Amino acid sequence: MPDSVFIYVIIFGTLFGSIGGAAVLVWFERRLLGFWQDRLGPNRVGPFGIGLAFADIIKLFTKEDWVPPFADKFVFIFAPTAIMMAMLLGFAVVPYGPGLYVVDLNIALLFFLGMTSLAVYSVLLGGLASRNKFALLGGLRSAAQMVSYEVFMGLSLMGVVMLSGSFSLVDIVNAQQDVWFVFSQFLGFLVFTIAGIAESHRLPFDLPEAEHELVAGFHTEYSGMKFGMFMVGEYLGVILISSMIATIFFGGWLGPDFLPPIFWFGLKSFLLVCFFVLLRAAIPRPRYDQLMSFGWKIMLPLTLVNLMVTGAVVLWWGY
Amino acid sequence: MTIELILFYLAATVSLVSTILALTRYNAAHALIYLIISLLASAIIFYLVGAPFAAVLEIVIYAGAIMVLFVFVVMILNLGSRGDHQEHEWLNPRMWLMPALLCLVLFLEIVYVLSFTSEGLSGVVVAPKTVGIKLFGPYVLAVEIASMLLLAGLVGAYHLGRRYLSDARGGDQ
Repeated sequence: MPDSVFIYVIIFGTLFGSIGGAAVLVWFERRLLGFWQDRLGPNRVGPFGIGLAFADIIKLFTKEDWVPPFADKFVFIFAPTAIMMAMLLGFAVVPYGPGLYVVDLNIALLFFLGMTSLAVYSVLLGGLASRNKFALLGGLRSAAQMVSYEVFMGLSLMGVVMLSGSFSLVDIVNAQQDVWFVFSQFLGFLVFTIAGIAESHRLPFDLPEAEHELVAGFHTEYSGMKFGMFMVGEYLGVILISSMIATIFFGGWLGPDFLPPIFWFGLKSFLLVCFFVLLRAAIPRPRYDQLMSFGWKIMLPLTLVNLMVTGAVVLWWGY
Repeated sequence: MTIELILFYLAATVSLVSTILALTRYNAAHALIYLIISLLASAIIFYLVGAPFAAVLEIVIYAGAIMVLFVFVVMILNLGSRGDHQEHEWLNPRMWLMPALLCLVLFLEIVYVLSFTSEGLSGVVVAPKTVGIKLFGPYVLAVEIASMLLLAGLVGAYHLGRRYLSDARGGDQ
């Protein structure tokens, strides 16, 4: 158990690290997208254009913070904070290295699922409180999308839980000493990744804010730092989901000994974030009904098959 | 006072206040937000009395899924100020009378029961594994009955929605 000063270092490191990471990711994503789409991307401010992250922050803070007169003021202001709080709380259970975690709960996996499901309210209430038809439609879509994909997200992890025999993320990483779960639980990995993208409503699954049909979806009426919080929340979601995939399926901090464990964790998470950006550059957005029927008709049976096969194997060979 | 006790009373106060607010709000969306806060507060209480598994399930299932569906329905209805007005008419003092009386009976009962039980909670933390072993051991019948109930709900929902499925839709079927 880490001592009391150490734990504060980790807590503040997690908070500032994740928010700073999210701010830099805004620039990094555009730069990578530019790279993959054969153009330069933002490269003018500072070395490699990294100053753009700070320029963006200054711009967001100095913009007019406007609450529409027809909006439901109390809910309108509350909504963007929900996604930030939920996502940052989710980081509490992520183990960065042996002994390097805020808390090792025996329900860590469920805690993570609970926090991602609470993040839905941000989008929902933002859409509802705006009193705008586009925002409402965006909120409705996200509610249906997230409630559906949460089901597969939870179920796809149960195979890992069976194999490692614990909900604790530290135990799950330790159970991958011999072989990563991405090999033994490939279906689970596939479903969890797709559900994770849908859960953080990133392209190609950003139907709640599809700009070609809904203006900007649930955050149509938002401006200034309130809009910024939605964006930062979304990027926090990307980082959180990436670090969870790295922890659960790619062995977390495990790696060759010549570099410290936290480096391996960071590298795996970083590559997964890049993968998220690549998906955004490569895959077109599906139609809304395609998204829903894909979820319920393909993802759910796949997860159930994975669950049953894993259960049978565990019972047969008695892990 | 130990830290657990302070946390317990804080969570209990939040839970009570938010439940009262959830009951008395005219705006359905505001009422739902207070109900969600109340559920989160009771999750903390569950955690403090040594049931972390129940606490997380409270968040994942009640706060994270069921209440999302409630908000979803409120969004589909999109009542606006008309709904607030109607709610204002329904929530007159005469409506409170009967539920308040019934609650008073329950309250007296619980005071009576509590005054005779002196022993507090054991404070034993129940691990998720223990819950699973108990659920699929001695309580397997209850689990099966609950799953049958859910299956019946699913079949019922399919039956109700079937006539919309046969219509031509914009889908790729």
